[in-house]
Amino acid sequence: MQDPVDHNDAGQSGVEVKNTTCYMCACRCGIRVTLRDGEVRHIEGNPAHPHNQGVLCAKGASGIMKQYSPGRLSKPLLRKKNAKRGESDFEEISWEQAFGIMHERLAKIRAEDPKKFALFTGRDQMQALTGMFAKQFGTPNYAAHGGFCSVNMAAGLIYTIGGSFWEFGGPDLERSKLFIMFGTAEDHDSNPLKIHISKFKRQGGRFISINPIRTGYSAIADEWVAIKPGTDGALLLAICNEIIQQGLYDRDFLVNYTNAAELVIDDQKSADHGLFYPAEMHYEEGCFDPQNKLWWDKELDIAMGTHTPGCNPYLLGDFTLDDGTAVKPSFQLLKERMEKYSVEWAESITGIPAETIRRLAHEMGVTARDQKIELPIQWTDTWGNEHDSVTGNPVSFHAMRGLAAHSNGFQTIRTLGILMTLLGTIDRPGGFRHKAPFPRPIPPCPKPPKGPDCVKPDTVLDGMPLGWPATPDDLFVDDDGEPVRIDKAFSWEYPLSVHGLMHNTITNAWRGDPYKIDTLLLFMANMAWNSSMNTSKVRDMLTDTDDNGEYKIPFLIVCDAFHSETVAFADLVLPDTTYLERYDALSMLDRPISEFSGPVDSVRIPVTEPKGDCKPFQDVLIELGSRLQLPAFVKQDGKRKFRDYPDFVINYETSPGSGIGFLAGWRGKGGEKFLKGEPNPKQWEMYANNNCFFQYELPKSYQYMRNWNQGYLEWARAHGMTRYAEPINLHLYSEVLQKFRLAAQGKRPGKQPPERLRKRVETYFDPLPFYYEPLESQLVDTREYPLNALTQRPMAMYHSWDSQNAWLRQIHTHNYLFMNPTLASEKGFADGDWIWIESPHGKVRCMCRYSEAVEPGTVWTWNAIGKASGAWGLSPKANESQKGFLLNHVISEELPPCESGKHLSNSDPITGQAAWFDVRVKVYKAEDSESKQSWPQFKPLHRVPGMDKKRGKWQNYVAGLFNAGKKS
Amino acid sequence: MTQLALVIDLNVCVGCHACVTSCKEWNTSGWAGPMVDQHPYDNDPTGTFFNRVQTYEIGTFPNMETVHFPKSCLHCEDPPCVPVCPTGASYKRKDNGVVLVDYDKCIGCKYCSWACPYGMRELDEYQKVMKKCTLCIDRISDESKPESERKPACVLACPTSARLFGDVHDSDSEVSVAIREQGGYQLMPEWGTRPANHYLPRRKTRLQLHKDELERVDNPLREESLPAAEGETLDDIAF
Repeated sequence: MQDPVDHNDAGQSGVEVKNTTCYMCACRCGIRVTLRDGEVRHIEGNPAHPHNQGVLCAKGASGIMKQYSPGRLSKPLLRKKNAKRGESDFEEISWEQAFGIMHERLAKIRAEDPKKFALFTGRDQMQALTGMFAKQFGTPNYAAHGGFCSVNMAAGLIYTIGGSFWEFGGPDLERSKLFIMFGTAEDHDSNPLKIHISKFKRQGGRFISINPIRTGYSAIADEWVAIKPGTDGALLLAICNEIIQQGLYDRDFLVNYTNAAELVIDDQKSADHGLFYPAEMHYEEGCFDPQNKLWWDKELDIAMGTHTPGCNPYLLGDFTLDDGTAVKPSFQLLKERMEKYSVEWAESITGIPAETIRRLAHEMGVTARDQKIELPIQWTDTWGNEHDSVTGNPVSFHAMRGLAAHSNGFQTIRTLGILMTLLGTIDRPGGFRHKAPFPRPIPPCPKPPKGPDCVKPDTVLDGMPLGWPATPDDLFVDDDGEPVRIDKAFSWEYPLSVHGLMHNTITNAWRGDPYKIDTLLLFMANMAWNSSMNTSKVRDMLTDTDDNGEYKIPFLIVCDAFHSETVAFADLVLPDTTYLERYDALSMLDRPISEFSGPVDSVRIPVTEPKGDCKPFQDVLIELGSRLQLPAFVKQDGKRKFRDYPDFVINYETSPGSGIGFLAGWRGKGGEKFLKGEPNPKQWEMYANNNCFFQYELPKSYQYMRNWNQGYLEWARAHGMTRYAEPINLHLYSEVLQKFRLAAQGKRPGKQPPERLRKRVETYFDPLPFYYEPLESQLVDTREYPLNALTQRPMAMYHSWDSQNAWLRQIHTHNYLFMNPTLASEKGFADGDWIWIESPHGKVRCMCRYSEAVEPGTVWTWNAIGKASGAWGLSPKANESQKGFLLNHVISEELPPCESGKHLSNSDPITGQAAWFDVRVKVYKAEDSESKQSWPQFKPLHRVPGMDKKRGKWQNYVAGLFNAGKKS
Repeated sequence: MTQLALVIDLNVCVGCHACVTSCKEWNTSGWAGPMVDQHPYDNDPTGTFFNRVQTYEIGTFPNMETVHFPKSCLHCEDPPCVPVCPTGASYKRKDNGVVLVDYDKCIGCKYCSWACPYGMRELDEYQKVMKKCTLCIDRISDESKPESERKPACVLACPTSARLFGDVHDSDSEVSVAIREQGGYQLMPEWGTRPANHYLPRRKTRLQLHKDELERVDNPLREESLPAAEGETLDDIAF
């Protein structure tokens, strides 16, 4: 062999290096791709990128195997005449034919009733475009996957602190001393979180993980606190209570920056009970909290306007105003609420010893109080007070689906927001910090349509397809209070379903409740497999026919890069590109990759040609929008406005002359402006020359306390990021929720819930946080089904898109059901035994694996490693389908019938967040006579036209020689 | 003499496998490649990896630890795999101590894998030669790369920077300092192989709470009103 020192890439010809952005998961790391003779030789983290600083995860480093996977589609496909749905029997067609079919069908729908077209997308990172397309089409039936992902995390915190975790903000581990992580396995944003946890630990920070399972991040926690699933709310309430009882809260922060001292009307008989007492003062209407509230001054013992200079208000007590109205500071109400939540009570719910809970509260409170940070940064608050420094209480938190994916998740996450607020940690060093465009008003300004009249033939939708209701009148319901959307979002069933309910779309459309639709377009969402609850039955719904033999969902279009399980059910298949083959704008209008220090957005620029006839989904939408003559896509003379997606990104403005477009960087004719400015024809080149990202670092004085930072808020308004430069006070007490409760009690004029839902809305729209048992547990026999069942995402396979990846599938080839050996031995299971896991909704046969890293009342598995036989370019005998299993079969998308409805979603009653982790199960041994194979099994999929031929026994990948799989 | 090595910090390794696939990605198209995959899209896929992460559970619930443990060739200073090689294919470089295999000389007899007490060698079932970690020899020696990038792919990829790389014979190097100050240890030193790679142990941070921290004069509850005086007092009745 040649001496390796003389063998390196530098000496080889045909080598090119290009920058783009990763998309192996949702994290969006900057990557540097080396090509050799046009084939990908190496993908590495881009050291100049602020997001990942050169590092890359297991998935990112396996991008080559995605690019050259034999599971890829390459041709538009049409279900053969007389072929059955679900059987992958397709003929290859041209794009012209595909567009012709879609144009004809969609034009007719749009002219008759636009809501008969539904567009739902997966984790696509292009909601700015897909949402705008839906609005232009005139259909309200649009959402991305947020409803079944983590909408509770978004809504619970945004409705409390005006920002949330993941793209919107996060723990400032650089300066934190104590970090508590709830219910997180691998998650957003994955590499930055790893970078920061590692630095945090090395700086001597203390890391506590609260999770039923100890994997991944929890493994390196200084302390693991095992908790029963769905009970985090109880733990958080007890911690809040202990912090209040011990006086460990940050009083100054609560007074100045939250509604803690504001006086709430305390009169059960009043129609305004539970609302803030409105002081008489002039204010402009807008989607922010007007400052017409009162404090009770300690010194003068009278009520006065909030933030009156010199006023030091009471946080506790009850008072009577001059007009006789009884009022209490909202903190008094919070304290009263918390009193019943003792640590002993929480022990009985969570399984965590009371002493541990008490100690956790003390650790948080004492660290926040005694390890204060003071940074010499001057800033001015919105009340005109000058501050010489920014202070911080270095306790930080992170949480994700472990809290969110329960039907009590919204209130749990609101409690977490309240705990973070009590400790005085919001947008301060060492605590939680926002990322642009957050903070936003509570709630943010965009609103859903107001009623059925907002949907009209051949007309743009009146309102945003998704928005943030602030009062019952913002709900999208008809005169009877019933839903207008196919997924029933923004109805009284799930009033704050700000990300929609994709998980109920197919079931509702199949049942025709609230109505039937004609065409469902799915992009990058595997609804016939891991993206659906109740997978087996959803598959049946997709093939179910009415009395005339017509499919109940008449036309299904699926856009995907791979031969997923859902492709088999399509009538029309659109082959998407991979991330290495396309342009993308990771836009400030969607969820950018901003840093704490200021806005950042980024792009993908193709590093290689699309395979076959693959076409980026964005170009499909631009083409369709142009053909359908949707106003934003055509000029006044009806001719198309945009050549393709890159052209669209440069030239589109949210309204003519707004200066706001998909990309924030290098706007203005010569690229001299940012965030707001005229289109710049060289914008893509300027991104390419800057490692594919744009970053703006705010002046230090604008980087903290942004909810109340006058300089920052005015800067944000000037640059089009916010509509108002008004303070965003934290909602310790939620008047928004109280307004819905009052409507449910019949105390308010305006929109009213249907009778069956009054009690439900009244119960769950509590303005103060509370704990309730997850809905499913309230409705099923928990003695029969004593266990909780969860999934986690493997660290090496964050997101389940990649079983087609030859390298990653060697790490997780099939999954097991993990359980504590105590439970397993009670049941008589040996490690590796075949067992059944059964819920009230279904059952699955799988293999058991012992683990000490799980609390004994929980069983769990890796998410979506199990695949349907023959899907994803895998052999029908692949382990993923034969030994792997999908837990989704035992999870229902609907609750058992109850007094509030026969077909309520198995979701949070406030946000419609899919309650994946509420499922209750039992486990028992499979008979020896049973097949050693996972169950259920489905008829194997066969390859479709345009896919590569089956690969052989050996694969030796060498860039430049592999020839996209032809040699092996 | 220089002895290059990895120091792996188990205190921050979250078991993400970035090292596993970034290694495979770099090396399959590099000097040490290809890294074969057998049944890549079929039943029981398997293939060559120079680096694998194993996960262990220690103790019993709830007093347990989950430990992620990345394993690759330890580049022993006294490598038992070298003298057993009948063809001289297995060798240790004099300039930097990296242990390598020359595939042209390897006959796939597996003596080296039997000799290695750590199980770090993998036979390429297609080429029938022995393969193993090279510390990305064709990368660390590539002077066309900036010095900051002349590191093994796994080190550059590792999101928690759990993998340190350098010369363990240079007492001032980052790796030597880490070993010295943070209790770096070798695997099974009793075998006398003197592994160059080291591991850093788990380290716990605890908070000591003191009773007086909960009994403070600045307790904000004291700022709230005292119970209002109601009813008679001695002033009303005593004379």
